[in-house]
Amino acid sequence: MTSNPLLDATGVAKNYGAVAALRNASLSVLPGEVHALMGANGAGKSTLVKILTGAIPANAGRILIRGEARDIRSPAAARRAGLLPVYQEPSLIPDLDVLSNLRLTSTPVEPFRAWVRELGIPDLDIRDTARDIPLAVLRVLDLARALAVEPDVLLLDEMTAALPANLAEKVLEVVRRQGDSGRAVIFISHRFVEISALCDRATVLRDGETVGVVDIVPGVEEKIVELMLGTRIVKTHVAARSAAQKAVPAPARPRLSVHNLRVGTKLNDVSFDLADGEVAGVVALEGQGQDELFAALAGSIRPSGGTIEVDGQPAKFSHPIDAIRAGLAYVPGDRAEALAMQRSVRENIALPFSAALRNWGPIAMRQERAKVVSAIERLQIDTRAQGEVQRLSGGNQQKVTIARWVAADTRTLLCFDPTRGIDVGTKQEIYKLLREVAGHGKSVLFYTSELEEVQRVCDRVIVIFGGRVVDIFPVEEADEPALMRAAYGLPRGAKADIGILADPHCSSPESASSSASTSPGATP
Amino acid sequence: MSTTAIQPVPFGRRVKRFMADRPLIPLIILLIILVVILQILRPGIVNERWIANTIKFAIPLAILAGCQTMTMLTGGIDLSIGTVATMSAFIMATQVVNQDPAVAFLLAMMPAVLIGLVNGIGVGVFRVHPLIMTLGTSLIGTGCLQVYQRTVIASGARIPDFLAWLGTGLTYGVPNALLLFVPLAALIVFTLSRTGFGRLLYAVGDNERATRLSGVQYWQVITALYVISSVLAGITGLLYIGLIKAPSLSLAEPLVLPSVAAAVIGGTSIFGGRGGYTGTIIGALILTVLTTLLTILQMPEGARRILFGLIVLFVTAAYLRIVEER
Repeated sequence: MTSNPLLDATGVAKNYGAVAALRNASLSVLPGEVHALMGANGAGKSTLVKILTGAIPANAGRILIRGEARDIRSPAAARRAGLLPVYQEPSLIPDLDVLSNLRLTSTPVEPFRAWVRELGIPDLDIRDTARDIPLAVLRVLDLARALAVEPDVLLLDEMTAALPANLAEKVLEVVRRQGDSGRAVIFISHRFVEISALCDRATVLRDGETVGVVDIVPGVEEKIVELMLGTRIVKTHVAARSAAQKAVPAPARPRLSVHNLRVGTKLNDVSFDLADGEVAGVVALEGQGQDELFAALAGSIRPSGGTIEVDGQPAKFSHPIDAIRAGLAYVPGDRAEALAMQRSVRENIALPFSAALRNWGPIAMRQERAKVVSAIERLQIDTRAQGEVQRLSGGNQQKVTIARWVAADTRTLLCFDPTRGIDVGTKQEIYKLLREVAGHGKSVLFYTSELEEVQRVCDRVIVIFGGRVVDIFPVEEADEPALMRAAYGLPRGAKADIGILADPHCSSPESASSSASTSPGATP
Repeated sequence: MSTTAIQPVPFGRRVKRFMADRPLIPLIILLIILVVILQILRPGIVNERWIANTIKFAIPLAILAGCQTMTMLTGGIDLSIGTVATMSAFIMATQVVNQDPAVAFLLAMMPAVLIGLVNGIGVGVFRVHPLIMTLGTSLIGTGCLQVYQRTVIASGARIPDFLAWLGTGLTYGVPNALLLFVPLAALIVFTLSRTGFGRLLYAVGDNERATRLSGVQYWQVITALYVISSVLAGITGLLYIGLIKAPSLSLAEPLVLPSVAAAVIGGTSIFGGRGGYTGTIIGALILTVLTTLLTILQMPEGARRILFGLIVLFVTAAYLRIVEER
């Protein structure tokens, strides 16, 4: 490839006060390539993307677009230069309908519609208010909106995170075709499967510096991990758990017992037990009622039927405080939902301590400090920027949300996709922590959108489809293809090829969607 | 000393970072600058008596600004404090004619507690916007006070000696009002930084959803907050009547918007989650000195107000630029 780079950034640096988010980052993207941008949490990926798209100014560095030096001062300037981002968070204005949102950015409507259909959503009504559209679809709409203006360089930040497999597949297909048409895509992802299937080259960041640019060839994953982690972490595969680490064999009374739970129209009939010392996984495609299940167990919404029993006692939760008193604590996947971003790490961790009316008085500062420090140490939170949680990296923020309940010594954790969009190293630490928590006789209910996590963390897997429990696996049988089939509502033992995870080289979305719609549990 | 040699950071940036870490310093510098300007314009005006007077007038403003600081931390605002202060002052002055001072005090504090409770329940339980809620109760309170005034028109009013002593008296040149204010301010600062309730005020203002997931019951926090705010306003009313010595139906109303301004100048964000009371106290002092400064300039009232508004806007904008990074 001898052509000049479309985008060439060198020596980019950015400081937040005393903390350097980027020291010396560079990124060069050729026409026609899909370029992966990789790095552990806090390596500076998000910062670099924000600088390239004009969301924040750099302190130093040079950015060339088609060989011309450009000073990108605002998102609008980046847009004019042909650089368009799709961020991790949906960017449509919730109170406007889709059409008005398109007009705001003067996006042509017809190409947008064509892209939306292309991306696997045939029945979108562009008069729908953005607030009423499910998260996964919103992200696809963001992508379609960006594609519709035909940008030279498209920046995708964790585009496939939290997308159900069938949508993710379509997205990947479209991204690949962007590269074919001479445009370029910068692709940020933590999923190696996608990167190896999609990207031509990868730039790896570590601690705010570009540490390598590699061609994506088979077997390059090891090298990328090495680059990302530097010399700090050895290989990170978790060995199969020994029998000693396994859950205590079925105690007489389950810690948590759910019978025929129903919530609105989404959750129809869910029953399961959770024992002390157990990590139970919950696997489901997007929007199968798992959000409602967790919200009901956390006391955020009231179930419309069924019972929840805690330690054999029937429980009715009308506020999260009731669930917390019963020892059930909810860790949301969206960090912004759980953290007071402008407050310190310490205050965030100690927040539940002050919740009850009787704890409104003077705080025993020394005691609190001891608890907080021990939780910080257990989770190895990087506290360099602890004055405000919003300055921590995503992975560290996620750790704070968990540390809060570790410090409170909660008996049962309800973790909803706690590893969404965070780096490999932090994920490992969270897996380890959840096992440790279970090892101390506590219990964890763990929803994950990444199937490979199941075998690393869980003792048992509960698969939910269409608001019902369709299967409960022991972990030994819960390999990714089996889980995928179950998540699509197929009975165990059936052998149908479905989706990218079963076979990355054979894309068969038709079979996936048809098998989903013909399966017995598909009717809502 | 040696750090500057190792890492040459431009002087401007160093100053900025220093200020950002200690947001009180630029405020204190501003206060001193204002006093110096005053001294230059009227040499000799800044003396012991002037300082005592400034403090006397700044204290009621500072307490009311404390109400605003606390409510603003949760993303709210309390516009009823002017009415509450006026009511408690007026009721005290009229009831003390026929009643025992202790009984008069209890009667005077009753509307404060009641309005605070209504505000708190409205905002915390029924989720009325604090601006509307407190504006509404403020108007209702003013109306009630007018009705009440007719019933006591015959009995007249008297300022209790103790309140006059507290409001205007000096002991060895030090205003007696400090006897009330210093413990009160210490209590507010302590509450905000070292108690569970204070923590919750910040956290609720920052992310209410997160506090809910942590088991915080919003209505409890908000109800307690608005009751406290109202009670503080009631106490301020008693202090203020001792200072002004002329009960009227709009006694403390002119202090409401300056109390918001003092909290904002002091670095409290009206969007919640950010700020503190020490900044607010200095903000109240700055506003008081500014008022004196504009008074001695002998401008027409209109020009004075324009200038006052401009300075408040400018100071707030400049301060935010200094303190906020990015």
